[in-house]
Parts: sequence; structure tokens; C-alpha cells
Amino acid sequence: MAHIVEDARRTATGPLVLHGLSVEGVNQCVHCGLCLASCPTFAELGTEMDSPRGRIFLIKALAEGRTALTDTTVQHLSLCLDCRACETVCPAGVPYGRLIEAAKAEIEHARPGSPARRLFRWLNFGLLLGRPWALRLAATALRLYQVSGLQALVRRSRLVRLLPGTLPAWEALLPSLPPRHERAPLPSYVMAEGARRARVALLTGCVQSVVFGAHNRATARVLAKNGCDVIVPEGQGCCGALNAHGGDHARALEMSRRTIETFEAARADAVIVNTSGCGAHMKGYGALLDGDPAWAERARRFAASVQDLSEFLAKAPLVPPLSPVALRVTYHDPCHVVHGQKIRKEPRQLLAQIPGLSVVDLVESDWCCGSAGIYNLTQPEMAGRLLERKIRHVLETGAEAVVTANPGCILQIQAGLRARGAEVQVLHLVELLDRAYGRPAERGP
Amino acid sequence: MATLTSGRKTALRRELEAIVGPGGVLSDPDELLVYESDGLTLFRALADFVVFPTSAEHVAAVVRLAGREGLPFVARGAGTGLSGGCLPAEGGLVISMMRMNRILEIDYENQLAVVEPGLVNLHLSWAVVPKGYYYAPDPSSQQACTLGGNIANNSGGPHTLKYGVTTNHVLGLEVVMPDGEIVWLGGRTRATPGYDLAGVFVGSEGTFGIATKIVVRILKKPQAVKTVLAVFDQVDHASAAVSAIIARGLVPAAVEMMDQLTIQAVEDAFGCGYPRDAAAALLVELDGLRVGMDAQTERIVQACRDAGAREVRTARDEAERALLWKGRKSAFGAFGRVSPAYMVMDGVIPRTKLPYVLRRVNEIVAAHGLRVGNVFHAGDGNLHPNILYDPRVPGAEARVVEAGAEIMKVCAEVGGSISGEHGIGLEKADFMPFIFSAADLAVMQRLKNAFNPTGLCNPGKVFPTKKSCVEVGPVAYTPHAIEAKGLAQRF
Repeated sequence: MAHIVEDARRTATGPLVLHGLSVEGVNQCVHCGLCLASCPTFAELGTEMDSPRGRIFLIKALAEGRTALTDTTVQHLSLCLDCRACETVCPAGVPYGRLIEAAKAEIEHARPGSPARRLFRWLNFGLLLGRPWALRLAATALRLYQVSGLQALVRRSRLVRLLPGTLPAWEALLPSLPPRHERAPLPSYVMAEGARRARVALLTGCVQSVVFGAHNRATARVLAKNGCDVIVPEGQGCCGALNAHGGDHARALEMSRRTIETFEAARADAVIVNTSGCGAHMKGYGALLDGDPAWAERARRFAASVQDLSEFLAKAPLVPPLSPVALRVTYHDPCHVVHGQKIRKEPRQLLAQIPGLSVVDLVESDWCCGSAGIYNLTQPEMAGRLLERKIRHVLETGAEAVVTANPGCILQIQAGLRARGAEVQVLHLVELLDRAYGRPAERGP
Repeated sequence: MATLTSGRKTALRRELEAIVGPGGVLSDPDELLVYESDGLTLFRALADFVVFPTSAEHVAAVVRLAGREGLPFVARGAGTGLSGGCLPAEGGLVISMMRMNRILEIDYENQLAVVEPGLVNLHLSWAVVPKGYYYAPDPSSQQACTLGGNIANNSGGPHTLKYGVTTNHVLGLEVVMPDGEIVWLGGRTRATPGYDLAGVFVGSEGTFGIATKIVVRILKKPQAVKTVLAVFDQVDHASAAVSAIIARGLVPAAVEMMDQLTIQAVEDAFGCGYPRDAAAALLVELDGLRVGMDAQTERIVQACRDAGAREVRTARDEAERALLWKGRKSAFGAFGRVSPAYMVMDGVIPRTKLPYVLRRVNEIVAAHGLRVGNVFHAGDGNLHPNILYDPRVPGAEARVVEAGAEIMKVCAEVGGSISGEHGIGLEKADFMPFIFSAADLAVMQRLKNAFNPTGLCNPGKVFPTKKSCVEVGPVAYTPHAIEAKGLAQRF
């Protein structure tokens, strides 16, 4: 019969760690279960190992040595989107994002997988994200693949189905790359127009700068219109968010130090980020580098200066004049904006200031679309289910465009709409603002 | 409970998969571990299987299989319960209802909905709110808890003061009986002829069978709502205000109280606007017709002032009201900010005894070297002392249980009850003799045996297990005192 068990292992003292990272936060979970219904994977599966509370339970059991890193445990922890929707509803304040990142780091450490998988991870996390030149080279190759007609051939001939593993899913998600001149780096300085409000530094991002250079240019223009001198620090690379989310803790640390160093030199009032995961991650640098005395203080100071573009712009009314944009749109909240940074009102406030724009509510607007960093590549089945759910809600709104604020979401939702043959655009919030400032729409990817 | 041999377990798994499909059975120890407790972590027990049916027929087949094998079984929803009610017996089956969560029908004209038990309480209101309707019972866990669990525990919530508890909102149920028979209890109208079997079933804590369809009432949203926050420097004054409000003949939709520790935890969680330095806060809500609402609100405000409130204000808009309620409804979880674990009690007392009982609660908990946060349905006299503890401290859990038992005794002594809405479950089974005689319990046991003669359906719950009383299975019947006097008949 069930009874109270004084479990000797539960009384073990000492901090709980996984892969050297503290998971003491598990003790904040009081098992109330309020998170369950807001977890996309739990909503889809109904199994508690795939809920936040269940995963916290598994992480705690792992750290306490009650259970081992078995195939099933790995499977359930890996199925987590790290969307952090649970953090938004958690009354106990469990730092779930940090817990799942520690767990993923432990998984990568203890179960690195086949040589092919390790090579693949190195290519992504080590080479592409770590070295801007490698990313540029890959972009050129991808552009060639696309403009040469090879991609069209592969897709038309269904050759793609012959690719092994999850590669066909990858191919479907490949962003269509803009020509070279649109991938050119931004000028290192863009001067404010009108009354000067602030000196800001812009993160151009890794994937963002290659695929969505247009968004970065629009960001600089909109900031300049709103009285900002925009510094674009040269030599900036990836902020390390993708690495941290993917369990590559060591490189993530390295990237965070490099990012701090690069941006400190810009001596800006604020560091502006127009992508979701990067902003949330950089705001967490303080916690990330907490254990490093040489960097802790610098990291905290830097983190405090990071702001999402919408968060920064919404602090004051948009500088006029704004011309009408006659469009019916709906807004999708990127997870790491709404849950990771608790920014919910600001993007909507900005949209409301655009004349002629009609904004309709999206059901489950703050639910993950399945993109979740590289989740749509590593967990294509669940990603597909969540995308399906997202597209269903988008189509219900009757909107002509989905507005969001993150490259991953844009690519994912575009792929979902394309698969449905739906004529709905997907725009970054800053593109709309840029358009309202009179800029003709740039060719999207 | 004999452990299953691995061969038998494999065979059973195969049979269960044949019923619910290959993705619908869990038997891996790492996965079962996650199901070892509900919202009350003090109690833990492992099942042999967790099964995910998607239809009443699945449930019936699983239950019949359990009967054939002599395995205990229990239904589970979101696992937010607070009395260990959905824990398995050591071994046996947990039947998760989470894949039966559809809304099957909404009939606005007759103000009812037909839903499956795995539907989240709040999701029903979300579905009907565009047409101006809602589902009234609102347990604090409503954003996650399921209607099936609400049925089992006859759940309440802040607004039960005016609107009643779950049973007042359930018209009928499709139930898989413990022997696998599928029956309908009640129907689609307010009164059905014969015994009120739906009424018997609601609150039976999963010991009478498993609901697979539920017909619930949906209500038109009230025309106007006013929410008043009254802040007190003394807990006794807040208690007095509660009695004063009711004594003035006002019927608020809700009267909730929070003490200082709770207020601080809630403010840490969501910054809802409760003053951190207050000894206690009352959240009073009025709803109904717009006409006269302001006058009624004024009388509430006056009652609070007369009782010694240092500040009384009305929520300015829906956003402020929603935030105040968010704080109140998240209070249990917010204790995670001040303690790694808690056990919430669920006593009911006459309202007038509030000052005395709250003092005793604080004394008892302090005497055990523990802390307590109080957040409760003051209008109903339904207390929720949350005893905070650290499970890593040896002996702490035993002290919590002792303190809890003493608090329950106090509630019983002042003429109250040991559960308002969380159910008896495992946690309070041994407290039943505080309010019921052996003869009372024997009559209840007979009722249970009528539904659940083998005792396999959620065993170990509700009835005391230790020395004090009877348990599972047919027992020798002794006449109840009122029967002996010829005032009631055997049935």
C-alpha cells in the first residue's frame, strides 16, 4: 500500500548537479501540476513524462541517482521543446529552462551517439555557428543549390525521399537564400534621424544575418527613424543560444564571453536583438557565467543591457510619420520572446500604432510552432504535429499575414503554409514597421 | 500486493496494447516513476502499468482485464489532486484519462455540454465563452485539472459560495462500472426519476467506477462583476469581516482569505498587487445584475471597514481583477518559492469559529517546528492550511503528518469536517473516525460494495486502513443506530 517513505537517497545532502550545472531548481517544484496544460508536448501526448512536472521529476531523479540515463529518459527529455511555456505559468518560479539545458548537456556528455551524429553536431555547433566565414560559405553553397535548379529538381523528382533519416525533413525546411548583395554585412554605423534618443548596438546573429539580412537592415532603419545611433559591432558571431539549447555547454560559454567582449567595445546604452532565442539567452548570461569570477560581473552588466527590439521600441510612442499598411494580420508569439523574456504586450502595442493595419487574435498565439531552435530537425514528428496545430489556428483567423519576431518561427510557419498551399505571408514585426516608415517590401527569403 | 513476474507482465502488456493500441501502455520503470504521486508528494506508490484509453469501450475492456487478473486499478486525470486519491495501490493499473479530452456536444439552448473526463476544467469555459457562457465550478487548479478529477472529488473552488460544488453542475454521466459494464447515471435534465445515482457517483473518489462521458451545466456569464480587495493588519479582523459580510445578508460569489506568508509567496510569483506587509487580505467578489451592484459593493466595503480593514479597494478593470485571481489561484504552487514542499489541509469549520481555529492551526504547526501558510475559501469556512516542510530533513514528513492530524481533530471538534473539496483519498482515510462512527463507516462501505464488490476499483482510499476500522471487501453487517431504532430501513 502507498505510504510515506523516508527515502535515504532523498536525504542526501549537497547541491544537485548534472554535467557540473546546478539543477537545485528542481526543489522549487512542489508538484502542483499547473504547468501541465500549457505544455505543448503534454497536450499532444497526454503522458506525464512529456510534461514539465514529469521532466523535472526525471531530472531530479537523475541528479539524485534514483534513475539512470536510460533510452526512455533520454527520449522524454529530448522531446522537450525548451519553449519555457511552463515558466510563464509556474507559481513556484522553477527555472525550467536552466534545468532542461543542464539535462541536455548531460545527455550529450554521457550519450554522444554515433560518429555520424557527433560529426554532424560538430559541423553545426562547432563549425557553422562558431565561425562566421564557415556560415557564409555554407550560405553560398546553399544559394548555388537553389539557383542552379538542383533543389527544384530534387524536390520535383522526389529524390529527396531517398535521403536517409531525418534529412528529407531538413531539406523541406531549407530557407530560400537571398542573393549575395542581400547577405552583405550591415554598415558598422547607422546614424539617428531626428532627435537623438539612444546609442544602441545591434546583434546581427548567425543564421539571421545570412538568411534574414533584410530584417537586420530593416531593424537598423527603424531604430534610426526612432532616434537611435545604431552600432553594428564587427566580428560579432553567434551568441551561443543554439549551442546551449542543444546541450553544447562548453562552446556556449566560449561564445558568450566572445559576444560580451565584442559588444562591450561598442559602449552602447542597449544591445538590441531581433531574434527570440538569442535575446532570451543573452539576458541569461549573468546566470550562465555566474560561476566564473572573472566574468560574472561583466556578464551580469551585459545581460542587463540586452533588450528585445519590441521591448525597446515600445518604451516610447513610435516616431511619426507612419503611413498606412492595409493588411489583416495576426501575431504569433515566439517562445523565447513571450516565455523566455515575458514580452507579450509590446509587439501588440507596436502593431496597434500602424495605421490601416487590422490585427486579429490568434488562438494559442503563445504556443510553440515546433521550430524551437533545431527541434524541427531533431524531432520532426512532434514538430510537425505542433506546426499542424499552429497552421490550423492561423488559417482560422483569415489573416493575410502572420507577424512574428524570430527567424526559426518564420521558416517553420512558412514551410507549414507552403505545404498547405495557403497564400499567407509570414513577416517579421520589423518588416511591417519598416513598411509603415515608407520602405517598399524587400524580397523575402 | 504480489509483484508480477516479468513473464506475466509482458503478457499483460501485450493484452493491454491489444485493447488501447501500442502507444497506449507504459510499463518502463522510469516512466512509471513519474506517476508515483499526484499533487501531494507525501505519498508515493508505483503502478505496474499506466494505460491510455481513448473510448469507454477501451476503459471497459481494461477494467474487465483487471478484474480477470485480480489487479487493482485507478483512474487518473492531470494528477493535480491533493489527497493522493489517484495513486495506484502498490502495483496494478493507472488508467490515464488524458487522451479522452474532447468536448462532444455543446447545447446552448439547454445550457449543457457533454464532455469527456480528461477535458481540462478551464478549457470548457474557454470553449463556451465566445457565446457568453462558462462552467461555474472553478477549483484553483482549473487551468490544469480535469473534469473527471472534479467529479471524483466533487471539487469546489472560490465561487462555490454562491454557485455550489461540482455535483450541483453535473446532470448525468456515462460510467464504466468496476465490473466493466457501461451504464448511464442521471441524464440531460435537472431531475431524473428514481435515485439520484449521478449524485451518489459524484464525490465517490474513483471508488464507484470510471466516468467516461459527463453532462454538465453551463451558465450564462453574469452581467456585472465587482471584486473587492480588503487589507487587514490583524487576521482576527479579517475573520470578523467574513462573518459580518454574511450576517448582513449579502451573498458574494466568493470570499477568499490569504495570510501574510501566502501573500508574500504570491507577490514573489506574479506581483499581483497584494500588499506584502498585510497580516491578511480578503478577496470578495460580487456578481449578478448590474442594477444594484454598486450599492451591494458599498455594503461589502463598509462591512470590511467596520471590521477594521486598513485599506479596501475595488479592482478597476478586468485586467486587475484577473491578476488578483491569478495570485489567489496560484497560491499553492507559489509556496514553492518559500519551501521545497508543502502539504495542504482541507478542513471545514463553521465560519464563526475562524478566529479560534486559525489561532490553533498556527499553534499546532509552530509546536511541530514547522511553518504554515493559510489561503482559503473563508466564506465557506473551508480552510487550507499549507504546512511547509523540507522533505530532505529526516523526520520532517512524519511531523507534518502529525500536525495535519491535530488540525483535522480541531476542525472536527468545532463541528466541522475533514474535507471540503480535496477528497479523503489516502491522506485523510485514517481521519474518517474523527467524524464518523464505525456504524457510519459500515453503511458507507455497503454502498461502496454495491458499486465495487471486488474492491479492485481504487482500493485503499476513503476508508481507514489501520486497526481503527474495516476495509475492502464484503464485511459483516451491523445495524446502524438509526436502523436499530427503526428510523431507517436496510436496503
